[in-house]
Amino acid sequence: MNIFSIVFRSLRQHALSTAVTAASVALAGGLLLTVWVVKTQSQASFTGVNAGFDAVLGARGSKLQLVLNSVFHLEASPGNVARQDFLDIQNNPDVEFAVPLAVGDNFHGWRIVGTTPDLFQKSAYAPGKKFELRPGGNWFDPARRAAVVGSFVAEKMKLKVGDKFHPFHGLVFDEQKQHAETYIVVGVLKPSNTPADRVIWIPLEGVQRMSGHNPDADTEVSAVLVKLKAGNPLAGFQLDTFYNKQGNRLTFAWPIGRVIAELFDKIVWFDRVLTLVAWLVALVATSSILASIYNSMNERRRELAILRALGARRAIVFAVIVIEAATISAVGVIVGFGFYAGLILIVTQIIRSQTGVVLEPSAFNPVMLWEPAAFVLLGALAGIVPAIKAYRTDVAQNLTSQT
Amino acid sequence: MKETNSPLLQIRGLQKSFVAPDGTWHRIVDVSEFSLTAGAQLALAGESGSGKTTFLNLIAGILKPDAGMIRFNGALLSEFSEPQRDRFRAHNIGYIFQTFNLLQGFTCLENVLLGMSFGPGADRVLAGNLLIRVGLGDRLHHRPSQLSTGQQQRVAVARALANRPKLVLADEPTGNLDCENSRAALGLIREACRENAAALLLVSHDAEVLGQFENTQDFHKLNQAVAAEAAT
Repeated sequence: MNIFSIVFRSLRQHALSTAVTAASVALAGGLLLTVWVVKTQSQASFTGVNAGFDAVLGARGSKLQLVLNSVFHLEASPGNVARQDFLDIQNNPDVEFAVPLAVGDNFHGWRIVGTTPDLFQKSAYAPGKKFELRPGGNWFDPARRAAVVGSFVAEKMKLKVGDKFHPFHGLVFDEQKQHAETYIVVGVLKPSNTPADRVIWIPLEGVQRMSGHNPDADTEVSAVLVKLKAGNPLAGFQLDTFYNKQGNRLTFAWPIGRVIAELFDKIVWFDRVLTLVAWLVALVATSSILASIYNSMNERRRELAILRALGARRAIVFAVIVIEAATISAVGVIVGFGFYAGLILIVTQIIRSQTGVVLEPSAFNPVMLWEPAAFVLLGALAGIVPAIKAYRTDVAQNLTSQT
Repeated sequence: MKETNSPLLQIRGLQKSFVAPDGTWHRIVDVSEFSLTAGAQLALAGESGSGKTTFLNLIAGILKPDAGMIRFNGALLSEFSEPQRDRFRAHNIGYIFQTFNLLQGFTCLENVLLGMSFGPGADRVLAGNLLIRVGLGDRLHHRPSQLSTGQQQRVAVARALANRPKLVLADEPTGNLDCENSRAALGLIREACRENAAALLLVSHDAEVLGQFENTQDFHKLNQAVAAEAAT
């Protein structure tokens, strides 16, 4: 019978307190894993989303608002861009192609975005990945009142090819603001796991000329997505200088990923608070190991004295307690992965429904290696205090009273 | 250091004192001369509080003497460090307690295996055979709480013999048993020690137990600390 058998039997004997303590470690471990994975994955996912473009041209204002509005389909548009500005950048020799966007309507809260077929046919939303339609669908004809629906909207609103709907004015749903125009669904996008899944796409002119919209602005666009030519590495710098430093009417948000990264830099304190909370929970959980084992030491003195009487050295009873604490932690960590799986599933769904960005909880993250190691180490450290008590157990006194 | 033809256990000028709660030192053991030959069986007679358990703990190496010499099988136990005494105990001593001292979370077999784990190493076959020998072949996987007191004492006997000890120390081994179980347990301990060529040193205050031994010694006379205490 080796030291691990002794530990196992001791844990079995104190099964209830072992289970309760391991459960608290599991909760802490699951929480820490979730916070860490969501933090790193969301940062990587959000900064990686660019809809296949390098930059966004929009009205003068915040770059972040411009990117959130035109790439993530969140926030309000900072203003409009004149048609001539769109044509200018489209014809710029450093620009491979430019796709205009027009926003301002919704369908039961789901954003309707006007664009041109170039968005689907020329751009790749990720390297080697172009938007695709589900079987039976078609891209819209820019001359018709037709819509291509993102996969997530189609799922939530139960929209399919052939369905008709009326857009509502504004970005926030108000049933009093229904437009008279009727649109027909001609296609449903296959899931792209990008914000495009949460959008109903219609022809650019559809938004521009929707009844009730300002007729003076019917040639303006909300933003222009810009794909730069690969040949000129300085193109982005030159356009950035041209629009942002020399001009004062428009904003050129480039590169898109850096704009989002700056957002994460601004909210880094929030990350730190979340991480701190998770570590505090971990500390409380490992402290519970200490308290649980320490409190059981009084009733276990006799057991430890028996082990010593049978020839176990002080170092062995010390090790038994430390390994016991580390084992409780290890069991908690394993169960914690199950807790993490449940929690990350919920968080992933929430992020997907709010932003269209899909996290990959099963993807490897270094935290999955160092978190278990850190918890087992913390558990072992928590075991040291009761282990010292075990080490000092007076064998003769605890075996029987002196005669 | 090992001498040939010497007794298994030889004690000379052994002293042990403890601090009382009032801060004064009390000598508990003061044995000038004691010896036991290999395979012998000796009962020490003494009332509660006479220092019998302390004497056995000193022989087992659980306690370190303040003064004196304990020589076991030629080796000077009284000079050993604590880890050396632990190793010595694990390999040479079997201990039977009045309160059995079985680990409640372990089965009978596991308790016996534990008795050999720190010494020669766990041997499931031997542990099983010892339990069969003490009549518990059908209780190998029972917990102590599922056994009668008599059965628990038999597990303790099997455990004491598990490390193939040269000396078995038995501290009031029948103190918690009724007459019938007491007689049976004592017979078993003595037989098992003989079968395993282990010497037996038993302490008891029970005249019936002492009466079954050919060799008995009065611990009051052996331990001068008791006489000194009485004189003061």
